[in-house]
Amino acid sequence: MFNLLKSTNRTMTPLALFVVAVIVLLSASSVLAEYADVVLNRHAEAEGVRPVIYPHWFHRIRFRCKVCHHELGFQMKVGSNDITMAAILDGKFCGMCHNDETAWGLEHCHRCHSGLPGLKTGIRGDNKAGGPGDY
Amino acid sequence: MATRSKKTQWVEKKLLLFVLLWMAGSAGCFVPAANAKDVFANDGLHDPQGPSFNELQRPDAAFAGFPVDTVGNKVRWVQALRDGMITPRTNIVPDTKIKILDMDLILGNTGDNAYVRFPHRAHTEWLDCANCHPDPFKEKFGTSGIKMGAILEGKFCGKCHGAVAFPLTECARCHSVKPDTFRGKFGVQPVEKH
Ligand code: HEC
Ligand code: HEC
Ligand code: HEC
Ligand code: HEC
Ligand code: HEC
Ligand code: HEC
Repeated sequence: MFNLLKSTNRTMTPLALFVVAVIVLLSASSVLAEYADVVLNRHAEAEGVRPVIYPHWFHRIRFRCKVCHHELGFQMKVGSNDITMAAILDGKFCGMCHNDETAWGLEHCHRCHSGLPGLKTGIRGDNKAGGPGDY
Repeated sequence: MATRSKKTQWVEKKLLLFVLLWMAGSAGCFVPAANAKDVFANDGLHDPQGPSFNELQRPDAAFAGFPVDTVGNKVRWVQALRDGMITPRTNIVPDTKIKILDMDLILGNTGDNAYVRFPHRAHTEWLDCANCHPDPFKEKFGTSGIKMGAILEGKFCGKCHGAVAFPLTECARCHSVKPDTFRGKFGVQPVEKH
């Protein structure tokens, strides 16, 4: 890329500038979802509430993985836990902590149901490297 | 082909330099900064119309002062924990047994790449043995059939790395042992004094 600086070809430098400008614009506008946020929307939207956003980053400041994924029994695969509002109200899943003791209670619907309409269930940040070449 | 005047060339060089510097500067918008605009406003995830939109904590605010990373959550979680910046709970039920294991393994089926050092300690600070044993890893060195292709598909190490732990683009964090200087044996390493 830097040899473009020495270019004597009339069209090269403006082209390089254009490419660079496009990269800048793209990178400036790509404000992304936080890594490891989980969207849960298997039932929510169909039942008339916003999709749920579960933030890993927020919880891992307060709990080690083993608390949820061992003690409390959350399977480590999105969608593999049969999380429903009825189960939560029954004190399972999120309801094991969001019970006015370990964390605030279930009356704060919109803190969990905070997603944009149309989101698909899944983890943000993906299991592919997306790096150079295949790896 | 017409050549440009020295002056035009000079201007173009300065312009390109300026844009490159600007690019370098704008890379900073990926690093949480206190004065950055609201990261939830257009993250493609949060609904700004949601009644609790403003009650939620923003990651850039929460991470202020944490050791900075370039990928994932942009936080060096292992260091943050070790330095006591965060003190996440290990258990909720009082009598849960907390198991920490100080045992490094070196895995050598890495083709031309550096060997992989797997630290049990850094992992068991966060995780329970049952998160990895017996699935996806058998509790005997060299028996699990770990392959990079499968890791990239989200199996083995890729179950967490690329989902919640630092992503798979960071080859050298796993492939950290240079074959030409490594003189030991693969498998369990002698415990280092801390
Ligand atoms: C601690 C987080 C949390 C809180 C608080 C919460 N929910 Fe949910 N809710 C969930 C999760 C997780 C699901 C399952 C999402 C999915 O996969 O669609 C869910 C699902 C639902 C569903 C879909 C139907 C079903 O049974 O799964 C409805 C309706 C719902 N919640 C309503 C509410 C209402 C009303 C409140 C407030 C009184 C509330 N929720 C509070 C996390 C929460
Ligand atoms: C407060 C509870 C909680 C904590 C703490 C937690 N997780 Fe999770 N994790 C979840 C929930 C909820 C899901 C989604 C489960 C579902 O959709 O059925 C999940 C999903 C996952 C997945 C599946 C991702 C995929 O691609 O399918 C992985 C991997 C994971 N967590 C790893 C971790 C790691 C590593 C840590 C510690 C750094 C951690 N989790 C801490 C609750 C937690
Ligand atoms: C291990 C306990 C635990 C579990 C399980 C748990 N949470 Fe939480 N959660 C907490 C605590 C503690 C807080 C912080 C409470 C406070 O600030 O008072 C919190 C806060 C939150 C917040 C607010 C974050 C913010 O920005 O303030 C959301 C959203 C949330 N949880 C969603 C969920 C959902 C959805 C689930 C289930 C999939 C879940 N939590 C399961 C403990 C838990
Ligand atoms: C989370 C840790 C981790 C990361 C990140 C990682 N690797 Fe690996 N890699 C491994 C492990 C573990 C093995 C298997 C070693 C063994 O079984 O002896 C492996 C094996 C390999 C192999 C050997 C061939 C094969 O198919 O198994 C190659 C080549 C390789 N990795 C390349 C890469 C490259 C390139 C990157 C970066 C894009 C990368 N790895 C990132 C852990 C990792
Ligand atoms: C993050 C995943 C992970 C966690 C958590 C984990 N291990 Fe391992 N463990 C591994 C891997 C990977 C291997 C190597 C498997 C292979 O080479 O096939 C291994 C191998 C072992 C071995 C075999 C060593 C030998 O001599 O052959 C033992 C024993 C072991 N682990 C014990 C534990 C115990 C005890 C815990 C909990 C305190 C634990 N592990 C937690 C990933 C993990
Ligand atoms: C069950 C989840 C899980 C699995 C499986 C897993 N890791 Fe990790 N690993 C983590 C977490 C959590 C951290 C903490 C850092 C982070 O979150 O980015 C971590 C950190 C690391 C570190 C950094 C240690 C340090 O001191 O900074 C290395 C290296 C690593 N993992 C290698 C591996 C390799 C190699 C494998 C596969 C053999 C593997 N991991 C499998 C969850 C996992």
